[in-house]
Amino acid sequence: MDCVVTGGNVKVLAKAIHSLSRIGDELYLEPQEDGLALRSVNSSRSAYACFLFSPLFFSRYTIPLGHAFRCKMAIKCVQAVFRSLSSLEKTVEKCHIELDGEKSRLTFTLHCKHGLLKTHNLSFQDSESLQAVFDKESCANMLRAQPRLLVDTVLHFPPSLEEVSVSVSGERVWFRNHVDDEAEQSKAMLTELCLSSDEFDHFAVGAQTSITFCLKELRGLLVFAESTGLPVSMYFDESGSPVVLSVTDSVLEVNFVLATLSDDSNLCNHNNNTKRARSPPPPDDFMTDDIDSYLIAMETSELAGPSDALAPRSPSPNHTLTTPPSVAMRRLERGEEEEEEDTEDTERPPNKKFRSLFFGSVCPSDSQLTNQTIKSQEVLASDSEDDTQASLP
Amino acid sequence: MPLSTQSQTEGDNYVLVASLDNVRNLSNILKAITFKDHAIFNATPNGLKVTVEDSKCLQANAFIQAEIFQEFTIKEDSVGFQVNLTVLLDCPTIFGGSTVPGVATALRMCYNGYGYPLTLFLEEGGVVTVCKVNTQEPEEPIDFEFCSTNVTNKVILQSESLKEAFSELDMTSEVLQITMSPSQPYFRLSTFGNSGNAHYDYPKDSDMMELFQCTKTQTRYKMSLLKPSTKALALSCKVSVRTDSRGFLSLQYLVRNDDGQICFVEYYCCPDEEVEEE
Repeated sequence: MDCVVTGGNVKVLAKAIHSLSRIGDELYLEPQEDGLALRSVNSSRSAYACFLFSPLFFSRYTIPLGHAFRCKMAIKCVQAVFRSLSSLEKTVEKCHIELDGEKSRLTFTLHCKHGLLKTHNLSFQDSESLQAVFDKESCANMLRAQPRLLVDTVLHFPPSLEEVSVSVSGERVWFRNHVDDEAEQSKAMLTELCLSSDEFDHFAVGAQTSITFCLKELRGLLVFAESTGLPVSMYFDESGSPVVLSVTDSVLEVNFVLATLSDDSNLCNHNNNTKRARSPPPPDDFMTDDIDSYLIAMETSELAGPSDALAPRSPSPNHTLTTPPSVAMRRLERGEEEEEEDTEDTERPPNKKFRSLFFGSVCPSDSQLTNQTIKSQEVLASDSEDDTQASLP
Repeated sequence: MPLSTQSQTEGDNYVLVASLDNVRNLSNILKAITFKDHAIFNATPNGLKVTVEDSKCLQANAFIQAEIFQEFTIKEDSVGFQVNLTVLLDCPTIFGGSTVPGVATALRMCYNGYGYPLTLFLEEGGVVTVCKVNTQEPEEPIDFEFCSTNVTNKVILQSESLKEAFSELDMTSEVLQITMSPSQPYFRLSTFGNSGNAHYDYPKDSDMMELFQCTKTQTRYKMSLLKPSTKALALSCKVSVRTDSRGFLSLQYLVRNDDGQICFVEYYCCPDEEVEEE
C-alpha cells in the first residue's frame, strides 16, 4: 500500500483521525478499491464511524494487489503522528503512508518545510473487517444543516451531558437534553432548543418522531464538519433505529452511525408537542433478545436491505465483500456469543444504555441463512420486566 | 533609583553587586535550567555563570555576561555560592507574575561573601521588597572535559525546527538517539516508543541548517535527561549540537532576552551506555 496526501488534505486526514478518537480506542484501516477506509467503533458497539477517502483525495493511491489488507492500531499512536493540528497546515507539505508487509509496519512520513522529514513506523495488528450495515437512503426522516448551526445548538448543553434527544414534527426540530427516569426530578435541569425547518438546508420529516443518542459522538463529527465547512446530514427513523450522521463531498464520505434509545414512555413525558399521539411500536422495532433474528432482519428487511440494494451517492463501505464468507461467519458467531451473554443479564451493565446495534458483518453467506429461522417483521413479545430496555433496531 | 539608598549600612561589605532594570532578563534564563532545586552560582568579572546538575550525567549552565547588567561590581576574582533555585525564582514574581508592558521589576542582587545570604532588592512602581535567600557551600561543578579538539560532530540549527521535533518527541521512548552522518540521513533524532519508532531528519542543505560538520556517529541519550533542555530550546533562536569522541553531547543555546541582548545556555549530557548492541 502506498498513498500520498498533499497540502490541505493532510489536515483533513489528521482531523478525521482526531474525530475517530472520540469514538473508539482503535483505528481500523482498510485500503479498498473505492478508497481508504478509516473506521472506529466504541467498546459497547453502539457507535461506529467510517471515513472513506476516495482515491481522488490522494495524489497517489496504490493498494496491495491480491489479498485484502486490513489492520488496526491504537488510535493514540496515529494521533501522535499528527500531533499539532494548528501547525500542520503551515509546516506539512505532504504525507506518505506506506505499508511494509515484511516488518508489519505502517510508515507515515511527513515531508515538512525546510526539508524536515518526520517518519513514524507504527506497528499494527491484523484485524477482521469492521463494517456496519445500514441504509440511510431509506430512512423516513432526513435533515441537512450547516455545521455551524448544529455546533451552536449543542453549545447550549453542558460538556458532561451524555445523551441528547432530537424530536421532529412537520415544521420544527427540538433538541433537548435527555434526563434519565432514575435521575432526581427536582435536581434535573431541562434545556430545550427549537429550530424551525427553514434553518436547515434540507428538511424531510416522514412522521413525527423523537430519538435519543449519545452527544459526545455527535460532537466528534461536528468538530470535523466544522473544520471542513461541509453540511451535516442526519438520517433517522423512529427511536430504537440507529441515526446516521453523514458528511460528504466529492472525495470524502463520512458516516457516523449511532444507536438510539428505544423508550417511548420516557419521551412522551418530556414531549411538549401534545399533538404527538403515542404511536404503536413500528414493525421493525425489535424488542427481542434474539440476536440471530435481528441480524437476519437487518440484512433482509426493507429498512436495512442487503448490500446490493443500497444506492449510495458515493462509494459505500457496505459494498465491499472482501471478507471471505468463512471469516464473516466467524465474526458473526463471535458477536452472537457476546450478545447472548449480555442479554441474559437482567441487570444492565452501568452506563450502557444502548444495546449493541450491529457488528462488523458483511452479508452472511447462504449457509448461515439456512441455519436461521427468518422471523416475520411483526413486533415480538417484549421483555415486560424492563420498560426502559433499549432495544435493537 | 531608590534601591541605592537601601544598602547604606551593608554597602561596603558586598563582594558582589549586580543590578538589572528588568529582572526578567535574569529570571527567564534561569527558569530554562531549573530542573533541579539547587544551583551553583559563580561570578567573575566577566559575568555570572549558574550551574545545575542531575545525577552526574547532565549539566546545564547559564551565562549572563557582565554587560547585560546595569551594574556589575565584583570585589574578588571569583565569587561562588549555592542556592535553592526554586526559592530564588519565586522572588522576582513577588509583585505578581503578570507582565504589563512598560512596567518592569528592577533587581539589585547583593552578596556579602561566604556565610551570608543572597540579598535581593526588588522594586516595582516605587515599592521595594527585600528577599534574603540562604546560601550554601558551593559544590564543585563536574568538568565534562568537553573540548573543541575532541569534537567529532558539529551542527548549528535555527531553533524553530528543532522546537517542533522536541515538542512532539515520543515520551514512551526511554532513549533519544542522535545520528549524524555526512550522507543521508545527515542529522536524525530517533525515538523508540510503545507504538513504534519515529525519526526526525534534518537535511544538511536545509535553510534551517547554518553549519554542518559531521563524521558518522549514532549515540543514544536518556530521554529523561534531555527533556529539561526543551525549556532552553524554547527560549533560544539558535542551537549548536556537538558530540565528541566519547559520545558526550553538548547543546548550546543562543538566547535573546527582553532587551535583545544575547545570553547563552549550555547543556552537557553523557551517552546512555546500557544498550551496546543494535
